[in-house]
Amino acid sequence: MTSTRAVLTGTFALFALAACGTATPTESSGGAIAVAASDDKCEVARTSHDAGTITFEVTNKGSRVTEFYLYADGDRIMGEVENITPGLTRRLIVEVSESGKYQTACKPGMQGKGIRGAFTVNGDAKKATDTDEQLAEATAGYKQYVNSQVVALVDKTKEFTTAVKAGDVDKAKALFPVARIYWERIEPVAESFGDIDPKTDSREDDVEPGQQFTGFHRLEKDLWVQGLQPDSGTIADQLQSDIEDLATRAKDVELTPLQLANGAKELLDEVATGKITGEEDRYSHTDLWDFRSNVDGSQAAINALRPVIQKRDPKLLTTLDAKFAAVDTLLEKHRVGDGFKLYTDLTQDDIKEMSEAVDALGEPISQVAEVVAGK
Amino acid sequence: MTLSRRRLLGVVGAGAAVAGAGAAAGVLANEALTEAPVTQTSGAAEAVPFYGRHQAGIVTPAQDRMHFVALDVTTTDRAELVQLLKDWTVAAERMTRGLEAKPDGAVGGLPDAAPADTGEALDLAASALTLTIGFGASLFDDRFGAASKLPPALAPLPRFPADDLDPARSGGDICVQACANDPQVAVHAIRNLVRLGFGKVAVRWSQLGFGRTSSTSKSQVTPRNLFGFKDGTRNLKAEESDLLTEHVWVAKGDGPDWLADGTYLVARRIRMHIEIWDRTPLSEQEAIVGRAKGTGAPLGQVAEYDEPDLHVRGEGGIPVIAEDAHIRLASAENLKGARILRRGYNFTDGTDGLGHLDAGLFFIGFNRDSRKQFVPMQQALSSKDSMMEYVEHTGSGLFAVPPGLSKGGYWGDTLFT
Repeated sequence: MTSTRAVLTGTFALFALAACGTATPTESSGGAIAVAASDDKCEVARTSHDAGTITFEVTNKGSRVTEFYLYADGDRIMGEVENITPGLTRRLIVEVSESGKYQTACKPGMQGKGIRGAFTVNGDAKKATDTDEQLAEATAGYKQYVNSQVVALVDKTKEFTTAVKAGDVDKAKALFPVARIYWERIEPVAESFGDIDPKTDSREDDVEPGQQFTGFHRLEKDLWVQGLQPDSGTIADQLQSDIEDLATRAKDVELTPLQLANGAKELLDEVATGKITGEEDRYSHTDLWDFRSNVDGSQAAINALRPVIQKRDPKLLTTLDAKFAAVDTLLEKHRVGDGFKLYTDLTQDDIKEMSEAVDALGEPISQVAEVVAGK
Repeated sequence: MTLSRRRLLGVVGAGAAVAGAGAAAGVLANEALTEAPVTQTSGAAEAVPFYGRHQAGIVTPAQDRMHFVALDVTTTDRAELVQLLKDWTVAAERMTRGLEAKPDGAVGGLPDAAPADTGEALDLAASALTLTIGFGASLFDDRFGAASKLPPALAPLPRFPADDLDPARSGGDICVQACANDPQVAVHAIRNLVRLGFGKVAVRWSQLGFGRTSSTSKSQVTPRNLFGFKDGTRNLKAEESDLLTEHVWVAKGDGPDWLADGTYLVARRIRMHIEIWDRTPLSEQEAIVGRAKGTGAPLGQVAEYDEPDLHVRGEGGIPVIAEDAHIRLASAENLKGARILRRGYNFTDGTDGLGHLDAGLFFIGFNRDSRKQFVPMQQALSSKDSMMEYVEHTGSGLFAVPPGLSKGGYWGDTLFT
């Protein structure tokens, strides 16, 4: 596990943040709007503003802790600031790109619907609209890929956990890297469900104090190092049910093209920090299987975006293809049958060579996001 | 006969060195003059007072460069160790004034003798050199009769999730932090202390820092770490004496008396996966840190020194400073008021052997009780901080930093007498 920042939910959240983070909040029509919040009043100094960055300075003139909200239609939150204690002034900077009718609200006591007021936003700010059909096809295509991998992940994990529970160590050892192929291919998707990843893919030293060491790597340790334990079967059952949980939730995942681009990048980050160092599978040393699968997953995301990149930056696509091919060539040098050499059988030169190839691919892959985001 | 590098140089700086050399002969004639305390003039080159209630190098405005060393004590003779601490104190005090480790050390001795000072700082100013000593828990074993004086707060740091500590970059009986505005002055100081210690102490590990990552005074601008972000905006500052009393200085009654007016130094060598970071979109970098990269302003605010507001939410009710953002998790608000004084440095140490720079941040933090301050902070960060995927802690040390000295005292005198 590397706790890659949640590709799906996480990146979504980032979008909301980006505006506050990167744009220098400038006032399009005057400065901050003062809000005087008391126990029974919510006085907003100006009740209209141009679209863009709107700054409220909310002062609590009452006796109860209060909150201030800006709502769009249907009480959709545009921004809020909580926990404004009496006497305190706090600032809320909101990005509003669409004109229309909004509502302000103070909530003395931090509850209820609050004291509402009308607020009008005039003129539309430039808004990036996503009508590109190719992008829509890209996300649909990748979603199909995720679903196919999830189905295989459930099946192969079942075979693996069954062998563990049957006490068939040799068989379980052979199935361990196979089940992980499907996990590693869609790892950023799996990691986007923050609660599943720590249970299924934590390494022993990632485990927080008071937490139990469970999941793939716990069974890996049992199989390769300490022998099957009395609770190995329970751990196997739990892994299976966590994976099935993931499968159910992955079906409903909504992806954006930008998330695909970042996912492709994050899969290579996984390789660079976990696989190339032999940290991921420290007991079985089957890191190259995971390496291969991360690269496959990254390539699948790029392939889904291929028509878009081809249209917008064909040169980048050529580079990506060449760098993917270079990584493939190196990886395939270490193939043994259906699998790969153990990490411990690689020389330092082998590792350095692959590390450099991954870096060479990582740089152009990190440019895909801006190509996808650009119009 | 004493050759003072400050006298050679005047107080102007390195540019004057050549002219200064010609004037040396005149200065050499008057030892009293060269030994007189240096008047402080220009900022970066000036001397920082060695004596005081607290050791220098803690709330001293963070200098630009650092050389940190951790040593194992190899002698088992208590008297020999105490004598070394006395010798070190004399040399350290001299060097912070811009003098050689010993009078006539570099070139003033007998031609047939190896020089007593290594000489590479001869033409350099004091450069605000500070030397700060600390004692590790391992010094309080049965070798030197200090076992009963082990402060409870010097208990070993727990293992934090995702720690990847190298024993060869961790621990040590004694540490010395040298900070200066000239890297060569810092290295010279450590080198000469190590030399004085041969046969009694041996270097366990050492770390160079090329640029400060914290400001410890309101007079300083906030520098940037290797992630490109301003670091240390909300640090404790030298001017905030009440906060320092509360969060940094050990008070009488906190533990053994010998450490009163001292503090605890936590060192962590934090490798940064800068290649991965550099491929990360700006918006994500900012979300991870919780600040705008350019201005340093907390997300949702306008200017660097605006207080972060952890209670602001954006569209959809999503916190503007994310739940797993670095500045939220490290904030006093999130840690029941716990704060520390940070004094870290950027480093690069060659390569990791895989085609990357081995680079990062050498974290140094001072606090009154690590169990109540650094430990909960690092527990929150190591288990939740989204920045953790870009960093790896590869070295660690915890040292008790004794109080400052008055003239005639020596490093550790409250512990060993």
